[in-house]
Amino acid sequence: MIRDPSDLQRYNASERANHWVVGICFILLALSGLALFHPALFPLTGLFGGGVWTRILHPFVGVIMMLFFVVMFFRFKHLNQMSDTDWEWVKRAKEMVDGDDHNMPEMGKYNGGQKLLFWFLGLAMLVLFVSGIIIWRAYFSHYFPIGVIRLGAVLHAAFAAVMIIAIIVHVYAAIWVRGTIRAMLYGTVTRAWAKQHHRAWYRQVTGK
Amino acid sequence: MALQSLDIAKRSATTTEPPQARKTLEIAKLIDVSKCIGCKACQVACMQWNDLRDEVGSCGGTYDNPTDMTDQSWTVMRYAEVESEDRGLEWLIRKDGCMHCEDPGCLKACPSPGAIIKYANGIVDFHQENCIGCGYCVTGCPFNVPRISKKDSKAYKCTLCSDRVAVGLEPACVKVCPTGSISFGSKEDMKELAEERVTELKERGFKNAGLYDPAGVGGTHVMYVLNHADKPSLYSGLPDDPTIAPTVSLWKGFAKPLAMAGIAAAALGGLFHYVMKGPNEVSKEVEAEVEKELEAEK
Repeated sequence: MIRDPSDLQRYNASERANHWVVGICFILLALSGLALFHPALFPLTGLFGGGVWTRILHPFVGVIMMLFFVVMFFRFKHLNQMSDTDWEWVKRAKEMVDGDDHNMPEMGKYNGGQKLLFWFLGLAMLVLFVSGIIIWRAYFSHYFPIGVIRLGAVLHAAFAAVMIIAIIVHVYAAIWVRGTIRAMLYGTVTRAWAKQHHRAWYRQVTGK
Repeated sequence: MALQSLDIAKRSATTTEPPQARKTLEIAKLIDVSKCIGCKACQVACMQWNDLRDEVGSCGGTYDNPTDMTDQSWTVMRYAEVESEDRGLEWLIRKDGCMHCEDPGCLKACPSPGAIIKYANGIVDFHQENCIGCGYCVTGCPFNVPRISKKDSKAYKCTLCSDRVAVGLEPACVKVCPTGSISFGSKEDMKELAEERVTELKERGFKNAGLYDPAGVGGTHVMYVLNHADKPSLYSGLPDDPTIAPTVSLWKGFAKPLAMAGIAAAALGGLFHYVMKGPNEVSKEVEAEVEKELEAEK
């Protein structure tokens, strides 16, 4: 249902659904993972039916997330190649965060920050998946030497923590930049939004 | 409070202090490998007291039977044939099982509150009703002791017969050992007993005889008298210098507060940024420009 025909399509339905499957998996994984990471958060296991269920479910949700993330990764990979302008944007990001985006270079569909996040998430998902398999006691841990399992546990925790921080930044950026969240909810953004934040993309899709 | 003999000194995934008003005697089991004849009475007693029955396995070409600890075999005798120039062939037999570390790696790694308990007397005990089956205890243990049951996914290991010790009895293996190779008492007494035995062994030509009470894990509540204490690894891979692995210490130490602080900072940083800088809205100027462009199109 499109109410304003001048709006621009940013994501199609399949891309949005893909993103939300990954997003929901992430929330479940972050809550259950944090529950097993810090004693203060162990009560979060109650959301999953107790400690045992949390331990059983977490890795399976992880596998689902990885499958859908891989699809998303290859969908958006070509749009996330870093250019010189992107690095310029990253260098000036502090000015924008401080409230002045007048000197920001024109961005395509994604800005330098979004692209860096994309590549970080790719790396984090890879490390989390591999280390997660290694520390998955019920099925896989017995294939690995103890030193590798220990390293896997540290890496899993470290990358998960940094990824949670990265996703907080990701979500906050979407909240902060008004008019963004609708792109992931129903796919469109206003022309003004596109011109303001992704001018090169705006020119490309409108021909202006 | 429960029995004084069950006073808790450390509890897994618990960040507050345990009750400490009462002081309990620290206990220890001393296994003198030089007196062990490898009869496996200790294994049998362990199975009998704890109502465990392992599957009948297969012979691996040694006397090790079963060949490894399992959720049903909390202690196994390990037989090592060691040849050296000065002593020729030696049969080094060691009763393997939980060492009941003063600083238990399993307890440090466990994410489930109260699944692993260290009693004030030094016994490290698994409480299966709180165990979630993640296997982190296996990851944390420097001695490769905990075993996860394939049936119920709970972790099991030697309890040092905490139920017997609680009511003033010695562990079942101590009770049955026919050669007096296993002794039980206060840690202090056991160290004294070990010292006497070590002197005796040295007199008999075992110049490297000594007590195995590794400092890397804060000492243990199961100690060995070894006739070759300079090389514990001769005894079927007993670790020479066991410690909690640095990866485990990092994972369960510094990483926890650091990660929590980082996550909290990100969330609060977002909130305060929004409150102090305001939302990033499309400027009126750009909106007007776009309006004009659309008008022009029409």
